[in-house]
Amino acid sequence: MIENRVKQAPSSWQSYFSQAVNFVTFLYIKGGVLPWFLVLAVLGFSLSSEYFLTQTNLSGISMHATYLVLVAMAQMLVMLTAGLDLSVGVMIAMTSVVSSLTMGAMWSGYGSGWESILIGCVAGLCACAGIGLVNGIGVAWFRVPAFIMTLGMSSVVLGLALSLTGGIPIYGMPPNFTDIFGYGVWKGFPVPILVTIPCIGLMYLFLNWTRVGRYIYAIGGNLRAAQLSGINTKMCLIIAYTAAAFFTGIAALLITARLDTGESNLGVSYPLLSIAACAIGGVSLQGGVGKLHNVVLGAVFIILIQNGMNLMRINSYYQMVAIGSLLIISIMAENFRQQLMLTYKNKTGSSI
Amino acid sequence: MKITSPPQQSPHSDQLRVRNAKPLIHLQGVSKDYFGSTALKPMNFDIYAGEVHALFGENGAGKSTLLKIITGDTQPSSGKILINDERVKITSVHHAKELGISAVFQEYTLVPQLTVEENLFLGSDLSSGIFLQKTKLRKWAKQTLERLEFDLEPNQLVMNLSHAQQRMVEIAKAFHSRPAIMILDEPTAALSGRETKQLFAMIDVLKAEGIGVVYVSHRTSEIFRLSDRVSVMQDGHLICTHTTSEIDENKLIELAFGHRFESFFPTIKSNTGKQLLSISNLCLTNSLVQDASLTINAGEIVGLTGLAGSGAADIARACFGLNQIKSGVITYLDDQVYNKELGINELKPRAMLDRGMLYLPADRRTEGLIMEHNIRQNISLPSLSLAKFSSGFWVRRKREKHVMESVSRRLKINPLSIENVLNHLSGGTQQKVMLAKGFVRDVQLFILDEPTIGVDIGTRAEIYQLLQEFCDAGASVLLISSDLGEVANIAHRVYIVDRGELLAEIPHNSISEATLSHYLDQRETALS
Repeated sequence: MIENRVKQAPSSWQSYFSQAVNFVTFLYIKGGVLPWFLVLAVLGFSLSSEYFLTQTNLSGISMHATYLVLVAMAQMLVMLTAGLDLSVGVMIAMTSVVSSLTMGAMWSGYGSGWESILIGCVAGLCACAGIGLVNGIGVAWFRVPAFIMTLGMSSVVLGLALSLTGGIPIYGMPPNFTDIFGYGVWKGFPVPILVTIPCIGLMYLFLNWTRVGRYIYAIGGNLRAAQLSGINTKMCLIIAYTAAAFFTGIAALLITARLDTGESNLGVSYPLLSIAACAIGGVSLQGGVGKLHNVVLGAVFIILIQNGMNLMRINSYYQMVAIGSLLIISIMAENFRQQLMLTYKNKTGSSI
Repeated sequence: MKITSPPQQSPHSDQLRVRNAKPLIHLQGVSKDYFGSTALKPMNFDIYAGEVHALFGENGAGKSTLLKIITGDTQPSSGKILINDERVKITSVHHAKELGISAVFQEYTLVPQLTVEENLFLGSDLSSGIFLQKTKLRKWAKQTLERLEFDLEPNQLVMNLSHAQQRMVEIAKAFHSRPAIMILDEPTAALSGRETKQLFAMIDVLKAEGIGVVYVSHRTSEIFRLSDRVSVMQDGHLICTHTTSEIDENKLIELAFGHRFESFFPTIKSNTGKQLLSISNLCLTNSLVQDASLTINAGEIVGLTGLAGSGAADIARACFGLNQIKSGVITYLDDQVYNKELGINELKPRAMLDRGMLYLPADRRTEGLIMEHNIRQNISLPSLSLAKFSSGFWVRRKREKHVMESVSRRLKINPLSIENVLNHLSGGTQQKVMLAKGFVRDVQLFILDEPTIGVDIGTRAEIYQLLQEFCDAGASVLLISSDLGEVANIAHRVYIVDRGELLAEIPHNSISEATLSHYLDQRETALS
């Protein structure tokens, strides 16, 4: 009835206002919280710092975002199965340590060192995928809750990584590794971005165009229904965790190349940041729901926030406060959105 | 405000017929619409102190909607509710409790790790400051249990109790808040005959206490044993309210199921072929099922019926690998798929799907469908490995979409809604989507567990139509249903299951609503 009246008398400013409110609500229900966050952040930072919207800064942001994009995609895979991967941080540390140790041992000190780079990368990726495999087996076969499994593994793996290095940074990798994968630029694009873009494409294909991708969504959406549909849920879970570890490993290699050292204390902030990126990107904590492009945007958004805060010279301790709050707020906003969706449905009788 | 029963309430139900006493609660012209479809047509309903008012009707007749309105779980779309001649709006379950309306529903609401007394007082404030008053609690619990003549120690853990005892603790919990009206929704569903007797004794105590009891049951024998009045519901109508002693069983069944069925159910021709599935001497580990044997032939619809908790569904689930089997042999087509002695066990969802069996569970929300995913994804999920939908790793999304367009025509839904998330669709559409899983693959045997539960009447007719199509195409259907009317009218052959035992096999020519409920009631009297 109220809506009818609005249509009949659009002259008063109140009705325009309520229409505007309705429209905003509609957009919010449709698009979620991320677009609003992005618009607000870009507006706020570009007003407070002239430097923010310059090309150098923006390309810096995209360069820095690659690492988190990769890890967030990995986190998304696990979260889609209704799990949570808290071990992405130590995976980065382990990959960094293993690959740098291998490269250091393989490289004679002369020549380009391509062989040692290749073998080092493969070794690092294998170590990382191995951790993911263990996670997957624990969750799928032994039914350890994902949260506990990956929490336990973070301690196990960190302990191993520290015992390998004694806590000391590892040097002695071929300079090519850092020069190309850390700082290399090809036709104006930094190499990390060139590595990340195909990874995004690969993940997109995997999630949307393969059977296993579809099964991963199904398992998170309703495990029982997936089992009754004859899906090998255990196998799919193991694949999800291992593939997640693989993508984390790629991020770890890029980070190692950027730093030019192998360190066992890398990646500490990544579990939180990657979960935040997924949550802001609308991946459901209950599993089964989430879109890849939103997760990528979510990761970029977090880096953008960090960059903006750096430009505004905000103390890094306060930055931690801000990131944590963002994570919590995004979950609240998502719950609120679900509620709005219900009311909208009840009011109009139709779904969006 | 609280519902007050008249102070000197006579426990004798005969007195009720003298209608000078006022009802505890009176519903006038109450109705309920959900999104344009009517769940409950305008109806009158009242409850007097010290009576048992039974509600009888098939699934989906509107009983649960009526209960929801009385317990404040949902608000009526029209009509008014009178308590002490005053119009009230029952805004929530909590509000209903304050008014003196307590309900015991089918699902268990006790915390198994707590003791009886702790459960009794869970949620009610019996503490001074932050501490529970344990001694007082104990005393009160004892009093409540004694009042109900319920022989149980208050410090026993609930998880060590039998189903009946747990049910009675729930009633005691509801009773503890001194309600004027108690609603019991199929309380005997999972109880044995002896336990049922215990429960009935307790209900007699409630009556003597002057509490008005609303009793919902599928079992006519219970209604005649317990109730003073009975209201019959059908398709959202409250057809009539009778004094129980004035009608007999046949009349009651006729009222509830009527002659409507003749036109409502399609006549499905059976073209019985060779034997498809045979189960012999099946015993299950975590179920009552003992020594069950049955056969299903190609092209027929076999009903497997029993009241809730009878174990009928367990038998079917075992065939799909969802229940652990203790002993027995299962043969599908010409292969043994389960034989413990020979070490054969191929009962896994994937393997059975590949053999052409499709089990669709009763609870579509928790087991059948993925509510956050769209129609297309749900329908193709079990068949994604078929060449039709994928080649190698890759999903053939174009083909999938194409197939779904034809599916939507068969389901009579808008092709555009194929991409809609199930959460936003009606229960009827959801149920049809689940059935449509059988459209996109070759299925020889459909095992349908309560396929019409919680579905509106129009969709029911459509679902029966689909069953007919399946059958005409040469597939067979194992229809598990506690809805006797449905089984009697749809199935070609019926097995009756009660408390884990296969009681009888009824051939086509002697199936009727009356025979089926006759069998179950005979059993009932034999046990009690």
